[in-house]
Amino acid sequence: MELTSHLLSILIWLPVAGGCALLAIGDAGDAGSSRAGAMRVTALAVSLLTLLLSLGLYTGFDGTTAAMQFVERVPWIEAIGASYYLGVDGISVPLILLTTFITPLVVIAGWDTIKSRPAQYFAAFLILEGLMVGVFAALDGLLFYVFWEFMLVPMFLIIGVWGGQRRIYATLKFFLYTFLGSVLMLVSFVYLYLQTGSFDLLGWMDAPVAMQAQKFIFIAFLLAFAVKVPMWPVHTWLPDAHVEAPTGGSVILAAIMLKMGGYGFVRLSLPIVPDASGYFSALMIGLSLVAVVYIGFVALMQKDMKKLIAYSSIAHMGFVTLGFFLLWHISGATGAVLGMQGGMVQMISHGLISGAMFLCVGVLYDRVHSRKIADYGGVANTMPAFAAFFVLFAMANAGLPGTSGFVGEFMVIMASFKANFWIAFFAATTLVLGAAYTLWMIKRVVYGEVANENVAELKDMNRREWLVLGILAVSVLVVGLWPAPLVEMMDPTIQNLIERIALSKLG
Amino acid sequence: MYSYYLAIVLAPLAAAIVAGLFGKQIGRTAAHSVTILGVGIATALSALVLYRFVWGGAESENISVYTWAVTDGLRMEVGFLVDRLTALMMTVVTFVSLMVHVYTIGYMHDDPGYQRFFSYISLFTFAMLMLVMSNNFLQLFFGWEAVGLVSYLLIGFWFKRETAIFANLKAFLVNRVGDFGFILGIAGIVLYTNSLDYAEVFSQADAIAAQSVSVLPGTAWNAMTLICILLFIGAMGKSAQAPLHVWLPDSMEGPTPISALIHAATMVTAGIFMVARMSPLYELSVHALGTVMIIGAITAFFMGLLGIVQNDIKRVVAYSTLSQLGYMTVALGASAYGAAIFHLMTHAFFKALLFLAAGSVIIAMHHEQDIRKMGGIRKYMPITYWTSLIGSLALIGFPGTAGFFSKDLLIEAVADSHWAETDALVYWIAYLSVLLGVFVTALYSFRMFFLVFHGEERMDAETKSHLHETPWVVTVPLILLAIPSAVIGWVTVGPVLFDGYFGEAIVVDHAHDVLAHLGEHWHGALSLVTHAPMTPVFWLAAAGVLVAWFLYLKRPELPGKIRERFQWAYNLLDRKYYFDDLWIRGFAGGGRKLGAFLWKKGDEVVIDGVLVNGTANTVGRLAGVMRQIQTGYLYTYAFAMIIGLTAFLGWLIWLK
Amino acid sequence: MIGLQHYLTLSAMLFVLSIAGIIINRRNLILLLMCIELMLLAVNFNFIAFSRYLGDTLGQVFVFFILTVAAAEAAIGLAILVVLFRNRRSINVQELNTMKG
Repeated sequence: MELTSHLLSILIWLPVAGGCALLAIGDAGDAGSSRAGAMRVTALAVSLLTLLLSLGLYTGFDGTTAAMQFVERVPWIEAIGASYYLGVDGISVPLILLTTFITPLVVIAGWDTIKSRPAQYFAAFLILEGLMVGVFAALDGLLFYVFWEFMLVPMFLIIGVWGGQRRIYATLKFFLYTFLGSVLMLVSFVYLYLQTGSFDLLGWMDAPVAMQAQKFIFIAFLLAFAVKVPMWPVHTWLPDAHVEAPTGGSVILAAIMLKMGGYGFVRLSLPIVPDASGYFSALMIGLSLVAVVYIGFVALMQKDMKKLIAYSSIAHMGFVTLGFFLLWHISGATGAVLGMQGGMVQMISHGLISGAMFLCVGVLYDRVHSRKIADYGGVANTMPAFAAFFVLFAMANAGLPGTSGFVGEFMVIMASFKANFWIAFFAATTLVLGAAYTLWMIKRVVYGEVANENVAELKDMNRREWLVLGILAVSVLVVGLWPAPLVEMMDPTIQNLIERIALSKLG
Repeated sequence: MYSYYLAIVLAPLAAAIVAGLFGKQIGRTAAHSVTILGVGIATALSALVLYRFVWGGAESENISVYTWAVTDGLRMEVGFLVDRLTALMMTVVTFVSLMVHVYTIGYMHDDPGYQRFFSYISLFTFAMLMLVMSNNFLQLFFGWEAVGLVSYLLIGFWFKRETAIFANLKAFLVNRVGDFGFILGIAGIVLYTNSLDYAEVFSQADAIAAQSVSVLPGTAWNAMTLICILLFIGAMGKSAQAPLHVWLPDSMEGPTPISALIHAATMVTAGIFMVARMSPLYELSVHALGTVMIIGAITAFFMGLLGIVQNDIKRVVAYSTLSQLGYMTVALGASAYGAAIFHLMTHAFFKALLFLAAGSVIIAMHHEQDIRKMGGIRKYMPITYWTSLIGSLALIGFPGTAGFFSKDLLIEAVADSHWAETDALVYWIAYLSVLLGVFVTALYSFRMFFLVFHGEERMDAETKSHLHETPWVVTVPLILLAIPSAVIGWVTVGPVLFDGYFGEAIVVDHAHDVLAHLGEHWHGALSLVTHAPMTPVFWLAAAGVLVAWFLYLKRPELPGKIRERFQWAYNLLDRKYYFDDLWIRGFAGGGRKLGAFLWKKGDEVVIDGVLVNGTANTVGRLAGVMRQIQTGYLYTYAFAMIIGLTAFLGWLIWLK
Repeated sequence: MIGLQHYLTLSAMLFVLSIAGIIINRRNLILLLMCIELMLLAVNFNFIAFSRYLGDTLGQVFVFFILTVAAAEAAIGLAILVVLFRNRRSINVQELNTMKG
């Protein structure tokens, strides 16, 4: 009883507290010390405990209703009507579960590959986990904003401290890009607060807003979320950040932080300013399609594996925004839910697949210390098991049916044909482009004769890597072969959202 | 029967998983035993299913296995539709697959990837069965892509070869181009029916055909035409119809057993099967059928011509496959779905036979594939020789063989089709293509046959000393495939084509029903055989064989002279009509150039250079100007403060 | 009779003098501090003059506060000056330009 009524708080603060504890007792020692070993075990234990507790969110969730559940509400800053207000519905639960699922994998993946300051490294990830859960659970504008901005700090440190050669450039670009967008979001929050007298997100959804104000709010939100997604043309921070980030940082960045943008659109933009969303929907669809086609071509030419996967992430996230903004262009009775459902599934699936792809690159990087495609070739000769995993994830990235990558793309393409033939046409080019850039990389990295001595000396995966990639492979296949539980969980919420959007707020 | 169907599908899958994941632990013998057992179970049960349809009077069944997802009123399910068409396909697929499994024991005997290979071909069997047994478009697409995946893995099976990994990437991407159309076609169906289920969609087919859609401004196309052509683009990819045929010849880089199984008998016929399955839709769009017919005709004739100049034993057979797939497609266009499926079945037997025979020769020749280095192998490999002869005769349609019945009736169906009245141009293109194709088929088939088995022995002494018949695991499948290639036409032609075997499974508009028309003049198989010499088809085939004999056995110096005389034509054929150049240089190269342009100019120059770093630089420059004011001396700051204060006070006093 | 305007004039003169001292003096930091003190004194004069003129003692109370704060400020300022001199061996204002942009 006690546990479920405070479950969300526990999921937020348990990892944060664990991370702070690690910071407090951890020393700056090297990875070999026994103290560092204890740190790793603690970090893993905390993240696993969080995962275990988050399962309560799944089992206790009532999938038949769109109402907020596991609600906690305590006054916070009463003078301005801000409260510590948490709650989840069908679109936040899957994302929270994704967060708690990916974090232990990242901890395991960084087990003995992080040589300097391991305690701080793991602490940063734990704190980040708590903050990300906070973003997905917050129902108060101010609380949302606080989590949203705080999230940048651990990520900034992860890239800036454990990153690669040009990490300072990358962190600055990452920070400024994301910060610029979110400051404008705060301005709209203040406007909405002045209009309604509270920071209650659900209250904002019901409050009438004039069209001109809606447009401004939408643009402010758009800047904040488009940078996070990232949408073309504000995407260029992502490849740099990914390339410089350590493997774990890339995984979290791609798997979860990008989802913040998509989540922002469904949680804030669409319900709070539905009329402006409709007004700008053609623009959004256009930008999404540019992301799919333009970025697909750009990804084709990348010489760096991480950059290639980063660009492919942008293209895949284009499907998310495409699915979200289709509904104004669908004249028939059905299709709106399908598109949004597809966008949501695509987010979850992309979290699994892009995480797995970055982990695969990490496996190679740990051995050869290069991300350049040209430095590899014929990896399948020396690492057959790894090659099998890599090919599987690459196929999932290319949207092969039976893997999770297909589900969202399929739904979005189905829905976009309902809107317009040409939207579907350009969206479906991902079938060719996605396969082209992913499999061309596979051809150059995995297949062929052993290219050089580094490749010849490669050792196949160890047990730790087997565990991480194995778990991800199973989840990619499960979601691909039986997405029904995921879809059913989100369905009532999405239907409710669509109905809400259909009502104009101008009155 | 539900549990039977599940067993048919899952037995090969389970075997593939066992052999794939635990191949190292269980060893070679166990790996091939378990996969052969899995496919064997599937074959036996498929045969039982077919038996129940033919003699047991079984009804078609439409069963849902599980719900994949439901949202927005769209049910996405996994399920089986087993009717007479499916049962026939299941039996063909599993039987050929079983033969190939057995044959592989011999062919891949020394290969280090033995277990992996068996795992892949079992997985392929699973995927192909999912495709043919599907009762909805989602699962069809799943099977469609899954066979593409396994094909990708198998073409690149010898992943150290640069040519193999080039070919598998090419195959996958060209197929994806087809799938691009296919998924749009499915999306079109969802648009109009909000359903993926075959039965539901077919019941609303008339409603779709009544709609018109404006793809380009100012045009109004029939929705059904659009959907059917989009779906057919998928079929063009999978069934290698021009211009999406370029992947199939290259796919011969894969081991020979899979060339037989995937790239001749089963996977490449998926497109044919799909169109036949969708006959209730295609029948409603004459334009779509016309497109199908023209594409098929072009493929049938022009791809056959390419077979004449090829010197790789497998590539000759590959081009022959392209040409035969074109024949089947023409039959689809003529609404003779039954004839297409019938040719698909006989082709599966004799083409698998030809590939496996070619493989047998390749084993004996120590993986030499150039027919110019063979010759006179007949006396060393009698079983391979005789089975090849049966296969080649079936391919050219020698009276009495399986190929004769299917091809002869296919051509008659085209000749008799409604297109003569509907559109004379389409009719004559198709009819002349299939007719002249007969001559070409005979020419390239027997060119290869004579060069390999007859004439001068051109191999080196080392190879010749080791030349002998291949082991029984290779020859037994050859014999088992040679039997249906020779005789299956006699027993099946009547029931399948004219006695309404397919029943409800294939729907044909009465006005298009050319097979029913032919059936009125049907007097049994024997009568067809005895009348064969009176048809042009017979004489064209005979002429082809004769020309091949004359050029390659009687006067072997002639082909070289002809080539010199017609250098331009030879070049055109040798470069495969420049289609490869179009795809590789044109589309792939163009795509890479575009990608490089967008990356270097778009992302790095415009967005990063101008927008992002440009903003940062502007701010930096402005700050550079501003900082000149900061002298660092206290007194200037104090002075500025006082000036400011004075100005402020002045403003307050005098201006306010 | 010495009236309010005389006091104010004196106060203004002191104030301008101190400003001039701050701006013109470019050598000695101690002079600078003294000028600031002088500026405060000028303000104090104003307070006292107005206090007497308006008959409100509040102005004189403020003067006490200002004097106290000025004393404390001078102490801190001199302490900083000593530390500065220790580090840089100079109290020349011209050399204190690390804030230069």
